[in-house]
Amino acid sequence: MDNEKMIHAIERYERSWLLFALVMIVVFLIFIGYTLTGFAFYVPSAAERIDPTKVRAEGSLFANPRVEKTGDNVYTAYVLAQAFTFLPGEIRVPKGARVVFLVTSPDVQHGFYIRGTNVNVQVIPGEVGKVEHTFNEPGEYLVICNEYCGLGHQDMIGKVIVEDN
Amino acid sequence: MAVRTAPADNIYATHPEKKVALYFMVLGFIALSIGVIFGPFQIFNYAGIDLYPALEPLFKSYYQGLTLHGVLNAIVFTQLFIQGSLLYLQARDSNLRPQMPVAWAAWWIALIGLALAAWPLLTNDATVLYTFYPPLQGHWAFYVGAALIIVSSLVSVYLSVEMWVRWKRQNPGKPTPLVTFMITATWMMWGLAAMGLVVETVFFLIPWSLGLIKGVDPLIARSLFWWSGHPIVYFWLLPAYVSWYGLLPKQAGGKLVSDSLARMAFLGFLAFSTPVGFHHQFADPGISAFWKGVHTVLTMMVAVPSLMTAFTIAASLELAGRSKGGKGALGWIRKLPWNNPSVVAQLLGAIAFIFGGAGGIVNASFTLDYVVHNTTWIPGHFHLPVATASTLTFFGIAFWLIPHITHKPLAAPRTALAGVWWWFTGMMFMAFGMHMMGLQGVPRRAHISAMNAAHDGIYASSAFYMVFNAVAGVLLTVAATMLFYVLFATLLSRRRLTPDQVPEIPFAEAIAGPVDKDGNVKSGIKVMDRLFFWWGFAVVLVLIVYMPTLVQLFMHMVPAPGMRLW
Repeated sequence: MDNEKMIHAIERYERSWLLFALVMIVVFLIFIGYTLTGFAFYVPSAAERIDPTKVRAEGSLFANPRVEKTGDNVYTAYVLAQAFTFLPGEIRVPKGARVVFLVTSPDVQHGFYIRGTNVNVQVIPGEVGKVEHTFNEPGEYLVICNEYCGLGHQDMIGKVIVEDN
Repeated sequence: MAVRTAPADNIYATHPEKKVALYFMVLGFIALSIGVIFGPFQIFNYAGIDLYPALEPLFKSYYQGLTLHGVLNAIVFTQLFIQGSLLYLQARDSNLRPQMPVAWAAWWIALIGLALAAWPLLTNDATVLYTFYPPLQGHWAFYVGAALIIVSSLVSVYLSVEMWVRWKRQNPGKPTPLVTFMITATWMMWGLAAMGLVVETVFFLIPWSLGLIKGVDPLIARSLFWWSGHPIVYFWLLPAYVSWYGLLPKQAGGKLVSDSLARMAFLGFLAFSTPVGFHHQFADPGISAFWKGVHTVLTMMVAVPSLMTAFTIAASLELAGRSKGGKGALGWIRKLPWNNPSVVAQLLGAIAFIFGGAGGIVNASFTLDYVVHNTTWIPGHFHLPVATASTLTFFGIAFWLIPHITHKPLAAPRTALAGVWWWFTGMMFMAFGMHMMGLQGVPRRAHISAMNAAHDGIYASSAFYMVFNAVAGVLLTVAATMLFYVLFATLLSRRRLTPDQVPEIPFAEAIAGPVDKDGNVKSGIKVMDRLFFWWGFAVVLVLIVYMPTLVQLFMHMVPAPGMRLW
């Protein structure tokens, strides 16, 4: 009888705990959904697929890695992440610039992570990754390769310089 | 003079599966003892201290050491220990003998695979880390070796399922014993999960490394890798859960509170462990946000059985503590057997898992992941579930199972106890340091202690957290020395326990068992016992969440040629 009572007591706690667990998970999922509605541009999308052996060839989007002004304080950066540098190594934009980054690799996988932002892309040969960020704070942002790419990986560092005008 | 029963050849006479289980576990621990050597070198790197020059010319780089550390610890040790311990526990729980020639075949396949993979790893010809993402291309022997190790695990899937089927045939209408149920579900889960790695190695990496195909699509390879790569974490964790549910309550002096909740948790893992891999690929272009979202929801679902486990284990331990006279809200904790290294290893592992699980929810949260993806937060995180919860639990199991099998007493139990505490403390220091550095933007798997002068000081904002890593390096070196001393001193000891001193397998009884008051099997248990049905459900779920993406990728492959950049 004592045993029965205990089992019932435990089952009661058990049900409350499970309810708590489920509610917690649902609340987290709601938060995730909410943040997605506002920050979807951080989710790297595939601008296109590209033959990694021809990325540097004449006529490729990335033959000349660069930053292009495409609108009123809107820029597109064509970035090549390659062992063991970023091209361009330095991206300069004015304060408040909205920058669309198109990133790909001609060799192995790399990371394209702009420290202090939510820009964090797995750079995969064959894929052109696309993300956006608006730089409201002037200063120097480090671009860090955060996927192992070979012996020089730790020194694969670039910069985004946001100028106060 | 102590009675010397059981000369070495005889101790396996009644249960030949003891010998193969021991061989699996010891081979695993040998792999771990080599992989662990590099641990302090990695963590001192993240304290800004470069010790790698000390290893030259034997080991060529930080990255070679990191590859050995990851492959030997995470892939080889875990799997071998699991193959040995689960085989033995299932055989004894269901009172059946596994198909012995098949079990030995599994061991030999694993050994040959390990030898093949180890050769290029040691010669610096496969410095591709344990994720071996193409287009970085290692020596073919590495991929063949890795594939054989996976094949060996699939033989273990067969061994377990065959024993369970045999048991069901011999015991019609009876519910599967709990430990057998949990182990079979674990192996079924892994049988489905391993398919990603099988396809990746057999159809892509092996022919590519042999020069038979020109290139591999890196995104397909990543997707197949993570098909297996996340559930592999559950493959490491569930054997620890088997011990926490099935044995720990007894070791702590109590009973398991609920048999059916344990079964439900394992079915949850069987169904939801695998269809979650895209949460490792939130940062990958080429996978749609929709499917990333679906995998997010399923990853969150898989947190539920872990939360159930937390409840059941804590409740079972509380009852054990109270039955020994523990009073008040927390008084029962003091009454737990804190002098038993096997119990303490598992308790501390479970505590570490609370933080590991919380961090895991962060990583699985689609949008939050961009803050931490591929920063040191990630290794900081997975050292809690894998290097603490699973590894400490496996040491805890070995502390009774090795004496049980070999009839040799555990050498230096006080050193074992101290080693467990040092390991736990060291891992907590390290996890804290690495998580915090990750939030400061420090990348994972980077030789930051040997950067160009041009980049001097870029991670200076993490200087404070690096101190934690340095402390962890010292603590963990001491801990590993103690734990391996205990293990190998036990194995090599010439002392023998008398038959009455040999530890029994601590199978725990359940307060609420699978059978009701009138002796009938509860209806819920009957439904849950249909493991093939649940396995089929898991397969369908995985196909639904993977096929649309994979079919599309396969139809538009962009192969990349291999490169060696180390």
